[in-house]
Amino acid sequence: MFKTNSFRGGTHPPEDKSRTEHLPIENVPIPEKILIPLQQHIGAPAEPVVEKGAGVKTGQVIAKSNGFISIPAHATCSGTVTAVDLFTHPLGNRMLAIEIENDGKDEWEQKQSRALSIRSLKKDEMLKRIQEAGIAGMGGAAFPTHVKLSPPEDKPVDIILLNGAECEPCLTADHRLMLEQPDLIIQGMRIMMKILGVKTGIIGIERNKPDAIDTITERVRKVKSIRVLPLKVKYPQGAEKQLIKAATGREVPCGGLPMDVGCLVHNVGTALAVAEAVSVKKPLIERIVTVTGNGIAKPKNCRVRIGTSFRHIIEFCGGYTANASKLISGGPMMGIAQVTDAVPVIKGTSGILVLDRKQAFLRKENPCIGCARCVDVCPMNLVPNRIAAFVEYQKIDKARRLGLIDCIECGSCSYICPAKRNLVHYIKLGKAVWNKTQKKAQ
Amino acid sequence: MDRSFYISPSPHIKDSDSIPHIMYWVVGALIPAGIGSVVIFGSRVLWIIAIAVVVSIMTEWICQLILKRPVRALDGSAIITGILVAYNVPAEVSWWIPAVGAFVGITLGKMVFGGLGYNPMNPALIGRAFLTASWPLQMTVFQTLPANGTLSGIDLEGIDAISSATPLNMFSQVREILLNVSQYSDRIDLITQAQVVETRLYDSTMNLLLGKIGGCIGETSVVLLLFGAAILMYKRIIGWKIPFFFVGTVAFFAWLFGGTRGIGTGNPLFHVLSGGLILGAFFMATDMVTSPVTFRGRIFFGIGCGVLTSVIRLWGGYPEGVSYSILLMNLATPLIDRVTLPKKFGGK
Repeated sequence: MFKTNSFRGGTHPPEDKSRTEHLPIENVPIPEKILIPLQQHIGAPAEPVVEKGAGVKTGQVIAKSNGFISIPAHATCSGTVTAVDLFTHPLGNRMLAIEIENDGKDEWEQKQSRALSIRSLKKDEMLKRIQEAGIAGMGGAAFPTHVKLSPPEDKPVDIILLNGAECEPCLTADHRLMLEQPDLIIQGMRIMMKILGVKTGIIGIERNKPDAIDTITERVRKVKSIRVLPLKVKYPQGAEKQLIKAATGREVPCGGLPMDVGCLVHNVGTALAVAEAVSVKKPLIERIVTVTGNGIAKPKNCRVRIGTSFRHIIEFCGGYTANASKLISGGPMMGIAQVTDAVPVIKGTSGILVLDRKQAFLRKENPCIGCARCVDVCPMNLVPNRIAAFVEYQKIDKARRLGLIDCIECGSCSYICPAKRNLVHYIKLGKAVWNKTQKKAQ
Repeated sequence: MDRSFYISPSPHIKDSDSIPHIMYWVVGALIPAGIGSVVIFGSRVLWIIAIAVVVSIMTEWICQLILKRPVRALDGSAIITGILVAYNVPAEVSWWIPAVGAFVGITLGKMVFGGLGYNPMNPALIGRAFLTASWPLQMTVFQTLPANGTLSGIDLEGIDAISSATPLNMFSQVREILLNVSQYSDRIDLITQAQVVETRLYDSTMNLLLGKIGGCIGETSVVLLLFGAAILMYKRIIGWKIPFFFVGTVAFFAWLFGGTRGIGTGNPLFHVLSGGLILGAFFMATDMVTSPVTFRGRIFFGIGCGVLTSVIRLWGGYPEGVSYSILLMNLATPLIDRVTLPKKFGGK
């Protein structure tokens, strides 16, 4: 049999990466004000340890982690705390955040120690450093990385996958990172493999990034335990379960986690953050963000401090074009439309996308004509049109029996629907309603 | 002043394909067969198609106005219904026949259920079923005898030459004679003639392909229908599963039971190319609204249509079974969808 390195279903939205894929990462100057939300990860929000008026330095903990599934937040510039209050969060809602006025000095709390050899470090020490650095998955879901790296003993992990698929259209942040800092990414991967005692590491990269495939392959030539796996270009190739299927042939069971099939998946950006955290104790205070779209004057790949407002970054990229009409945190398939550009970049922000008026135009929903395209593209083998219809008619229980909860919300069904039905939106809605009834029942 | 932005749920980009886009491609794919029909049967065909299409659109328009629903009569689906109704009547019918068919198809077949997307059965076939039930003579008299030297020119004593002008109809009668030779023992001449006709029917592949035979407007020209279907398949508007299993099943049954000399002596090619099978399998059974959405469901649907068509053709009292088989399978579609749910990713 031929090896496809892929999964069933999926779709092919226009990749649209040419604006930024050849542009080196640029450092965005630290803005006058930084806004650090206390919830940038899945789990308990961090607990503030500074008050209004306190002086802080770069890298200083300003909110401590609140339990095991939680991570601390750090100041990403030096200056004065001007507010601990509710601010608009890029995930919607208003949430608690700490505002810091930048003093322009960027004084670090602790000098960056020289790189330590990771050999001398014990597993627990490495995990501790990862948690202290406040690392959460940087591909978008933002699950605390140290939790992922502590699987229960009855779930042995034998493969670590690094996700360099970057299947979201428009985004090139991971691509540039793999080209510009491949050594740190590989070091981060080796640290994670060491923590779990894993002997096999696979770095999955979509074939539309041949330069990244070459660069990484070159670096891991002498490392027997790590190999690069070129993947078919197809959305959502970078979805955790689909990536595992493509790389190993293993299928994560319904409702299960990758560790159920002995796998762990981390984003390449996370690997880089892990390398920096473990070797030089650098907290996660910056990340790469692709700023792109027809609504941006000069699209760029930017290295920005966490907490920098979208507005500041967009100004750095030449500002909006005349017809900019829609602001999105993330990519066009799974990103979240923003009400205002005052929201800050958080640990999971992979891109800032601005669409023009024509792209932002919303088409009217029509009745489903049963063309079955959503069924054909669903990477989870669901029947999205029927699940969505059940949610629409408030038959959540029936929707659940068809796999409502198994949906990974990739948006392929809504993308392909010729009737322009917001299928994935109905499904998300159904999940929310289901969770609510579950909570009530408890 | 802060900028204001559009807000919507993700995904923020959508495929450019839309319902009218799909529908008009289907209309386009049906046109070659229509042109072929005009060449074969004459310009009268053009009027029949025009009447059916105009009545379809007007009916849908008026229904939507009465029901106070958004008017979408020009989204292309009513045009398809109109064309298919016209393709399902003989060229010599009275002008009001396609009008009634289109009206009934749109009203009883589609609008009473809520319009496009909610109809359980193919509206054009509802129209056709209504016409065949109400005016059987109009619907089965194929007076136009196409070009000389073709099948319809065969004259056979004891077989009604006018009403039997479709190859399937002739086949049905010939088969009836040849399977019951003992009953006709005093009519050796009839048996001989029947055998001659059978041979000529089986030798008529080229005429069947080109449509130089008696039949309904749109069902005769197999080549042109397949050309249109190929375009739709290339555009991924119709899938291969339903037509493949539909046609395949009919061919299999025709070979197994369709012969006059026992099991396995039938001529599958004749059955595949004659009657409305190609039109039905590629353009009517594949109707998105009324066919299953699951992978296995589409296969079962195709096989089901094929079995019913074969049963009606070979053992039923009616020479053609495509339209009724599709209508019956349309009704089974929700059930098929329910029992053929795909295995979820990671499911057992």
